[in-house]
Amino acid sequence: MSNGVAALSSVTASDEAVPAVAVHDLRKSFGSLEVLKGVSLSAREGDVISILGASGSGKSTMLRCINMLEVPDSGEIRIGGETIALRKGRRGMEPADRRQVDRIRSRVAMVFQSFNLWSHMTILENVIEAPVHVQKRPKAECIAEAEELLKKVGIVDKRNQYPSHLSGGQQQRAAIARALAMHPKVMLFDEPTSALDPELVGEVLRVMRSLAEEGRTMLVVTHEMGFARDVSNRVVFLHKGVVEEEGAPAEVFGAPKSERFKQFISSHR
Amino acid sequence: MDFAFMRDAFVTLIGGVPLTLNLAFMAVGLGAVLALLLALMRMSGVKVLDWPAQAYVFVFRGTPLLVQIFLIYYGLGQFRPTLQEWGLWTFFREPYWCAVLALTLNTAAYASEIFRGGLQSVPHNQVEAARACGMSGFLLFRRIVFPIALRQALPAYGSELILMVKATSLASIITMMEVTGLAAKLISQTFRAVEVFIVAGLIYLILNFIITRIIMAIEWWLSPHLRRPPAVEPRLEAAHV
Repeated sequence: MSNGVAALSSVTASDEAVPAVAVHDLRKSFGSLEVLKGVSLSAREGDVISILGASGSGKSTMLRCINMLEVPDSGEIRIGGETIALRKGRRGMEPADRRQVDRIRSRVAMVFQSFNLWSHMTILENVIEAPVHVQKRPKAECIAEAEELLKKVGIVDKRNQYPSHLSGGQQQRAAIARALAMHPKVMLFDEPTSALDPELVGEVLRVMRSLAEEGRTMLVVTHEMGFARDVSNRVVFLHKGVVEEEGAPAEVFGAPKSERFKQFISSHR
Repeated sequence: MDFAFMRDAFVTLIGGVPLTLNLAFMAVGLGAVLALLLALMRMSGVKVLDWPAQAYVFVFRGTPLLVQIFLIYYGLGQFRPTLQEWGLWTFFREPYWCAVLALTLNTAAYASEIFRGGLQSVPHNQVEAARACGMSGFLLFRRIVFPIALRQALPAYGSELILMVKATSLASIITMMEVTGLAAKLISQTFRAVEVFIVAGLIYLILNFIITRIIMAIEWWLSPHLRRPPAVEPRLEAAHV
């Protein structure tokens, strides 16, 4: 568990503050394939952590465990100090309290690789859906706020159009607005630019950079080395289900310790 | 062709339209509830729910509606003492309720398969996005799964509605005086089968023409996301971004 120890040691420096997200010794298998082999990670408030790794390294699975889209086989996940309760079910582990999971999910927003906007709703309806129906906030207030958010991501003129009418970059910006509308404590990004045409990547990265500058807590699974290097304050490199390299971007990109990470960087230049 | 007679026949047969529509909409309305239940049973992944639903669909889709109507109307009459005991005889004594029951059970079998197809076609990633926002259970079903499934199922469900309007004609054989029942009666009085059936067919055609237009309108109203966006967007806010 040397990786776990390394990750935790960075927490102890500021352990007076409760970490926004703390993952400890996470393990997950799909059938006989062990995808996560004891991953630990901790994000303080305001951290922007880029999670890198080749495909199959377990980085998306780890991210999806944080909001229980995947249920880990073992390990602990704490969001803002609250541990997600798990129990043994008939088909492996399951959340002990569904309502706790729903509550935590409404504080941990996720942005998906393929946007996953609701096709039958306009952009505005997509953004206000969860605030109105999950958080039960007044609709007028949510609409006003949604328009501000859409303005911020630069697609307020598209608010009455449907997702299918928008380009990929616009859809992803709408999805980011939808995530922001929940006032999340933590934002998870699962390869947010991987499904985009190259010329549309920039507009999404610009929005994400502005969120990072606001001091939002973000965990970003990405292949964008530029983002990892320039925007995040910490980089975690996963390889075959374990954390191979971790540290500040300047340090890990400047002097990578792991041979795998060196290869990874050179292949993504 | 005697057009004057046909006009008179038309006026006579129109009198059966309310009962035709009554049977069709009663059956489709009640059948939809049963169908949704059956579809959810089939998708539950629980064998004790899945198997009865499968068996139900197999039986009611695999046997002719005419046979089902006969069995309910004549067959259940043989169990009159038992049904009287259970207080159900007043219900099964009425040909109207027997017809509604048979049509309901039949359409439920077909509609449950249509619903199942609709529910299964809901993209997993949209459900996942809803879960990630903290939605689950009935809220998730009501706000995300059902609206998307409905849009998928509507074209097929529209043709099921049309099939049901036509299927009500079978109720005429258990004395229901809907359009076909009135037609049969008129033929037995006038022996002019061709004219009367042409008129009857015309009435069904008109009914179904109206129904298809209504369904098309609903489909259009529910699917703005499948049309091209409006050419001119209000750009008031965009101006001072």
